[in-house]
Amino acid sequence: MNRGEGKLSVVVDRVDTITPMIKRFSFRARDGGELPRFSGGAHVIVEMPDGEILRRNPYSLMSDPADPSRYAISVRRDEAGRGGSRFMHEKVREGMELTISMPVNMFPSDRRARKHLLLAGGIGITPFVPHILELAAAGAAFELHYNVRTREQGAYAEDLARRFGDRVHVYETDLGEGFDLDAILSDQPLGTHLYVCGPKGMITDVIGRASEFGWPGQNVHYEEFLAPQPGKPYQVELARSGITVEVASHQSLLEAIEAAGVDAPYLCRGGACGQCETAVVSCDGQILHNDHYLTDEEKASGEKIMVCVSRFEGRRLVIDR
Amino acid sequence: MLVEGIKSRPVYGVLAPQPGLSHIIVAEGEGAEAVLRMAEAAPAGFFAKSHLIFVPRGGDRPDRADGLRALGAADFQSVGSPADAAAAVATLLRDAKMGTQVYVTGTEGLIGLVVQAAETAGIDHASIHTEHRGSMARRVQCVHCKGITENVTTQPVKCSHCGLTLLVRDHYSRRIGAFQGVCIDAEEPGTAPRPEELFK
Ligand code: FES
Repeated sequence: MNRGEGKLSVVVDRVDTITPMIKRFSFRARDGGELPRFSGGAHVIVEMPDGEILRRNPYSLMSDPADPSRYAISVRRDEAGRGGSRFMHEKVREGMELTISMPVNMFPSDRRARKHLLLAGGIGITPFVPHILELAAAGAAFELHYNVRTREQGAYAEDLARRFGDRVHVYETDLGEGFDLDAILSDQPLGTHLYVCGPKGMITDVIGRASEFGWPGQNVHYEEFLAPQPGKPYQVELARSGITVEVASHQSLLEAIEAAGVDAPYLCRGGACGQCETAVVSCDGQILHNDHYLTDEEKASGEKIMVCVSRFEGRRLVIDR
Repeated sequence: MLVEGIKSRPVYGVLAPQPGLSHIIVAEGEGAEAVLRMAEAAPAGFFAKSHLIFVPRGGDRPDRADGLRALGAADFQSVGSPADAAAAVATLLRDAKMGTQVYVTGTEGLIGLVVQAAETAGIDHASIHTEHRGSMARRVQCVHCKGITENVTTQPVKCSHCGLTLLVRDHYSRRIGAFQGVCIDAEEPGTAPRPEELFK
């Protein structure tokens, strides 16, 4: 999606404090109309005008896909992050106007599945809320296993457990609980699709174990938005635009390109979708590939860079933008 | 073009041991060799989790079955026909769990039937492991009378049900596990080319 295209003007309708770390924001269309339909697993990019900087962070939608009057997202405050979540927690209030992107879904449920197995950790629950509402409405078979530190911290755990009874299993990791991955993975009927969202370690464990147990790759789905990592500042030449941009240490290359007024495509801003792939014209130095979109061979070839999360160290980088 | 460049023609691979909680392996005739070759790469304990189904072909050497039996599968079954093999797979898969791998090697007819049974049980066809061995004989469905002609080796072929002369297309239906046969001399019966052995 390019700048200016597919944007939505919304008003912050409600802000709820779910836990000291998690706030839920609900948005309605500024013109009072219906918001575009979305399906479970979709995210929007929220634009945050934070002083000089325009931040854009992806958040999964967690409202009911059947209700076009509202969107909702949950934001976990990340003290160590680059400031997007702090902005949402500290500056965003009811009645404020925001610009968000159209919903994009990179984590949809597979309609061919005979059963949907959802594994969530912490704030990774958010994309599963609309999934579950959708699956329950369609009468589809599903089962959620949800690891949280404590029940109070388990945003939405109570509500889901109350509404969906024995299809929802909540584990408090502070009490030493946690889902028994091997038992769960070895007792699913044929045609089950597995979805995992949560901390990186959990995603890696689940994918690895499922593959060892013989789950076909096409039955395993995950979503992980990578936050752009800070690093040393550097310069990049944009060959087509004929300009050089400075990338500050807490800025992503994509953000630097946008700040220079150059259009660049993106969908996830988290190294997952492939939309921001940019050809490298010449490179004297090392590209720090932080995405999980390019294959290892592609990363090694140095011919492409995912500008939303990857950085550069060295003498000179020229990209086709 | 009726025959070339049709995408639905199945693509077969080479069997290799996959990670899995259990394995169902179906071999027909020469397919036994594909299983024996896969066995060389199999990790310890692989066959203890395996159910092996063998369909001997007419005139098969008896040592083929012996070779397979010697692999020490948890269960070994010899059945009379590809249809029996597909039925056995369907039964095994009825209560199977995710992590069950299905391997099938032999003629296209056998592969088609087993893939169909596994798909019906909920396994995506892309995750079923296949290797073509033996005759290229095809299962052909006549588009006119819907009858299935087994073991087709010639092009064209006479439908064993309605007697029309059929051109065997590369168009393959996974649902019925058969290639499509279309009448080739509908305008002027009897003008079809002479059948040639194409699928040996
Ligand atoms: S925008 Fe999705 S990978 Fe960069």
